[in-house]
Amino acid sequence: MTTSLTRPGALASAAPDTLASVVSGRRRRRRRWAAVTGTLAALVVVAFVLSLMLGQTFYTPAEVWGVVTGQRVAGASFTVGELRLPRAMTALLTGLCFGMGGVVFQTMLRNALASPDVIGINTGASAAAVIGIVVLGWGETAVSFLAMAAALIAALAIYLLSYRDGSSGARLILVGIGVAAMCQAVVSYVVARAAQYDLPAAMRWITGNLNDATWDRALPVLFAVLVLGPVLLVLSGRLEILRMGDDTAAAIGLPVERSRLLLIVAAVGLLAFGTAAAGPIAFVSFLAGPIAVRLLGPVGSPILPAGLVGALLVLVADYVAQYAFGTRLPVGVITGVLGAPYLIFLLIRSSRSEGTSL
Amino acid sequence: MTLERSLTAEGVTLGYGDRTIVDSLDLSLPPGKVTAIVGANACGKSTLLKAMARLLSPTTGQVLLDGKAIHRMPTKQVARVLGLLPQSPVAPDGIAVSDLVSRGRHPHQGALSRWTRTDDDAVARALDATDTAHLADRHVDQLSGGQRQRVWIAMALAQETDVLLLDEPTTFLDISHQIDVLDLLTDLNRERGTTVAMVLHDLNLAARYADHLVAMAEGRIVAAGDPAEVLTEETVEEVFGLRSRVVADPLTGRPMIVPIGRHHTVVDEPATAR
Repeated sequence: MTTSLTRPGALASAAPDTLASVVSGRRRRRRRWAAVTGTLAALVVVAFVLSLMLGQTFYTPAEVWGVVTGQRVAGASFTVGELRLPRAMTALLTGLCFGMGGVVFQTMLRNALASPDVIGINTGASAAAVIGIVVLGWGETAVSFLAMAAALIAALAIYLLSYRDGSSGARLILVGIGVAAMCQAVVSYVVARAAQYDLPAAMRWITGNLNDATWDRALPVLFAVLVLGPVLLVLSGRLEILRMGDDTAAAIGLPVERSRLLLIVAAVGLLAFGTAAAGPIAFVSFLAGPIAVRLLGPVGSPILPAGLVGALLVLVADYVAQYAFGTRLPVGVITGVLGAPYLIFLLIRSSRSEGTSL
Repeated sequence: MTLERSLTAEGVTLGYGDRTIVDSLDLSLPPGKVTAIVGANACGKSTLLKAMARLLSPTTGQVLLDGKAIHRMPTKQVARVLGLLPQSPVAPDGIAVSDLVSRGRHPHQGALSRWTRTDDDAVARALDATDTAHLADRHVDQLSGGQRQRVWIAMALAQETDVLLLDEPTTFLDISHQIDVLDLLTDLNRERGTTVAMVLHDLNLAARYADHLVAMAEGRIVAAGDPAEVLTEETVEEVFGLRSRVVADPLTGRPMIVPIGRHHTVVDEPATAR
């Protein structure tokens, strides 16, 4: 049978069936994205509220609500208002930062291993923050901006060091791991030389810790999420187009270099402010993106879902770290234990060349 | 009907880093016609196509779209007029066919304007025209090479541009699918007046389908014009370093290349007897 595969006249008008399937496919993708994102958002709210209610003392939702709306509630005003609320806020916000910032890098470099906590961007921010606090004695906001500058420099250094005839993903990851090790050494050196009374604060920079979360520390990261979060969401369409490769993206009218730069700056900003608030909480960026993409499937932008997964991870991991072991562990210990097996799994899979793309 | 657009390269020098690939070259695509660019591997034809599509900035000279310097025009505005299908495009992992084709509508969407019926319709027509409608919900990475190539062409069609550039649109396709793609591009040219320019490897298909043929060697244009005038034994020898016989295509009368390998005896007179 010799039928032509192209239908004559199709250029003029579409078959009704085709049009219907295009429309229904588009609606199905949008509904799925909304359903997954909505469910994740609901889970984050539940985890947030539970972490305010539960602890060594139980407070009812009414008592928690009272504190949140500014009433005086005996006992709860201090425990919830000054301890649990800033802590839960910091957990939620840093989780959003790490998840959203991380998935931008993973998507742009088409590799789950290209997560900012693997390639040294978080560690760069961490090194700057520890210097800012221990050596320079700066305040929270100044330290946040210093961390952001350092994270941008780390990102630029990784890019330049791995640049040769167009940037290759694998080289960038290896160079990034080297940069991460170097920054980690700086952190260890500064912490080792820190004064005794600085040590608890400085320890935060080794694994990421929410045990000393305060309102002072939560505010800069809140500001970052409110400013850079919407910026990243507006840019999410551009990230989706960038996934088609530079040539196709440019051919369909995306200013490729400018879009990439904007995405990197916004993502690094979120990562740096998150790191400044809670330290480099291990593997949150690394895990959040792939989990979100797995839940979502290939529908729509993973940026917001990854942020919500990140927030959920940090909230739950911090709760486990506080109450499951009798002693208050840093949250990064729990996320590190979760992330390490996945890292090993990806490294094994990449050496079998099955790929590590999202 | 589409407007006739002019796309011209004026004295463009192109290269990557210090390496110059194309040196002060002039090229004008005849509006409303099908142009094929042929040449040996690494002769600069893909580089030239990229520059014509403003993906590569020339170090000297300029590319003009309707008389305006293309590299200085807003890229989205260019994308509403000029489409390009790169040589080996990459699809995002797991993306559905209709989602990929829909992305061809990107230049038609503003920052605030929503997806409309017109967009759906353009996507559906592109799927129908490339016979990929039955694949609409499949994942692109599950498709065969030929199906995937048709899906990419559908994406370029959904962009609905007056000028369409294609870098080897027939690679990965078997002969019948090659003919399908070239027939489709001819339909596009005849029904909509789209100006088509493509890099092709197969000289005989280029001669068959092109109104205008450009032969390139070592970054310069050796010959350009009607295929019957361009495709001579001398040009083929100069461009590809290949000896050949050029005979009339029994179907269309256009030139047809019969290559002469080391193991073939050359008969002095062209074969006339049956």
